[in-house]
Amino acid sequence: MNQTISLRVNGLPETHEVPANQTLLQFLRETLDLTGAKEGCNEGECGACLVLLDGRAVNACLTLAVEADGREVTTIEGLGHAGDLHPLQAAFLKHAAVQCGFCTPGMIIAALGLLRDNPDPSEEDVRWAMSGNLCRCTGYRQIIDAVQEAAAAMRGDPAPEAAP
Amino acid sequence: MLLPSFAFSTARSVEEALELWACLPDAAYLAGGTDLLPQLRLGKRAHRNLIDLKRIQSLSRIRETEAGLAIGAAVPLADIARHPAVREHYPLLVECCRRVGAWPLQNRATLAGNICNASPAADTAVALLTLEAGVIAVSPEGERVISVTGLFRGPGQTCLRPGELVTEVVLPHASAGWHGSYQRLSRRQGMDLATVGVLVASSNGGAPPRHRVSLAAVAPTPLRVADAEALLDREGPRAARRAGELARDRCRPITDLRGSAEYRREMVGVLVARGVAALSGPSGIVVPGAGGPGPRTPDPGPQSQGERP
Ligand SMILES: Cc1cc2nc3c(=O)[nH]c(=O)nc-3n(C[C@H](O)[C@H](O)[C@H](O)COP(=O)(O)OP(=O)(O)OC[C@H]3O[C@@H](n4cnc5c(N)ncnc54)[C@H](O)[C@@H]3O)c2cc1C
Ligand code: FES
Ligand code: FES
Repeated sequence: MNQTISLRVNGLPETHEVPANQTLLQFLRETLDLTGAKEGCNEGECGACLVLLDGRAVNACLTLAVEADGREVTTIEGLGHAGDLHPLQAAFLKHAAVQCGFCTPGMIIAALGLLRDNPDPSEEDVRWAMSGNLCRCTGYRQIIDAVQEAAAAMRGDPAPEAAP
Repeated sequence: MLLPSFAFSTARSVEEALELWACLPDAAYLAGGTDLLPQLRLGKRAHRNLIDLKRIQSLSRIRETEAGLAIGAAVPLADIARHPAVREHYPLLVECCRRVGAWPLQNRATLAGNICNASPAADTAVALLTLEAGVIAVSPEGERVISVTGLFRGPGQTCLRPGELVTEVVLPHASAGWHGSYQRLSRRQGMDLATVGVLVASSNGGAPPRHRVSLAAVAPTPLRVADAEALLDREGPRAARRAGELARDRCRPITDLRGSAEYRREMVGVLVARGVAALSGPSGIVVPGAGGPGPRTPDPGPQSQGERP
């Protein structure tokens, strides 16, 4: 059963007819060709599918496309681009917080959701906010460091001294 | 795995939700969907119609009432955990909300959904049992208040009638200030149900203080252990170990992929004793990370509760 939805995705208005049982993740990946959000587990366990819905990080695999009607969705594609990276993207690169990259869009969206609420998170805050995101490669340390450095950059703190 | 086909309707008021449920075949209410959608996907349940509750304004707020603080059925757990009045008066609920899955899930999942789903491991249920919360349920026959203690009937079962809608969960004024800690074991910090959950709490002020002991994931429903509570009321913290033994004898755990019945039973004893010890710990309140990514400016205000219509 199809329904028409109108929403904004990364700032652009979109109107589409979608089946009621389509997830927001399927809609983004298959209809809009925004393949940044990943399908890891499709059951809420891995965080690879995170997007911002009205500014809050949610699992797109547990959200229906029809539930996003009238709302604002931000995916990783809505952040920076090569040559003009978002501070989180730049910090992930700098700290080698990316290996295979599969978890990265979800990690960055989780971090973005956190930093909107709490621009100066402690390490414990970062660990807590990202405990729904699995990474099979990095071991998490680099990710936490990257989020804290990006947070400092976004607050406008002076950059840390380069390591000797 | 794809979701089976269904139709989706949006209710704009409680009355409309009840009407839709009455006229649509095989309907289910949809709150955060974090239980319902996976269950549909796995074929554990089948519904031809989902009725979304998240755009009902009256369910999307937290308000003071004569009976207590009333939490709307569509307010996500993350908003409950950051609400100033909840944080000030009901820290145990804050702690338990923050243990459900992980943060993105808490941005969708609701308190009403957690208790209507009636998992023996429902993390918010132990806080609501301890706080002696009431559940307001409406149906075409009218409105009734159900005590959380009487709500659970078994795994996945409540005393709600078909089509009955929970509108609010009410935290009584008398339970304000109860504090303690939720001792929870799971295989992984985030995104895993409790293997064993034990909440030990004591009343605010009043000499001698009163105690409550609630358990999750060790019986067909979340439950309170009245005799352990009475023992602690009489004898205080020195009865910690014996209170643990009583709780251990009262629980009825099963063996599943998260742990064996024997392990769960032993851990109940250990965790109750630990919970009692924590009551007289440094601050008496253990809320790990409760300062977490809450907003810097504390008051999200009632308008920002839940999803905006
Ligand atoms: C990856 C993952 C991890 C999880 N971890 C935890 C955990 O650690 N602890 C825990 O307790 N739970 C956990 N859960 C379960 C789930 O997230 C919670 O139970 C959640 O609170 C359910 O709320 P919801 O709003 O999403 O409910 P829904 O899925 O929308 O609804 C659940 C049930 O309640 C009914 N319902 C909802 N609202 C109402 C209402 N107002 N009136 C009548 N009926 C209603 C629905 O019809 C449905 O049957 C987890 C789930 C996932 C997917
Ligand atoms: S794909 Fe959504 S949480 Fe894993
Ligand atoms: S970088 Fe490979 S899963 Fe995280």
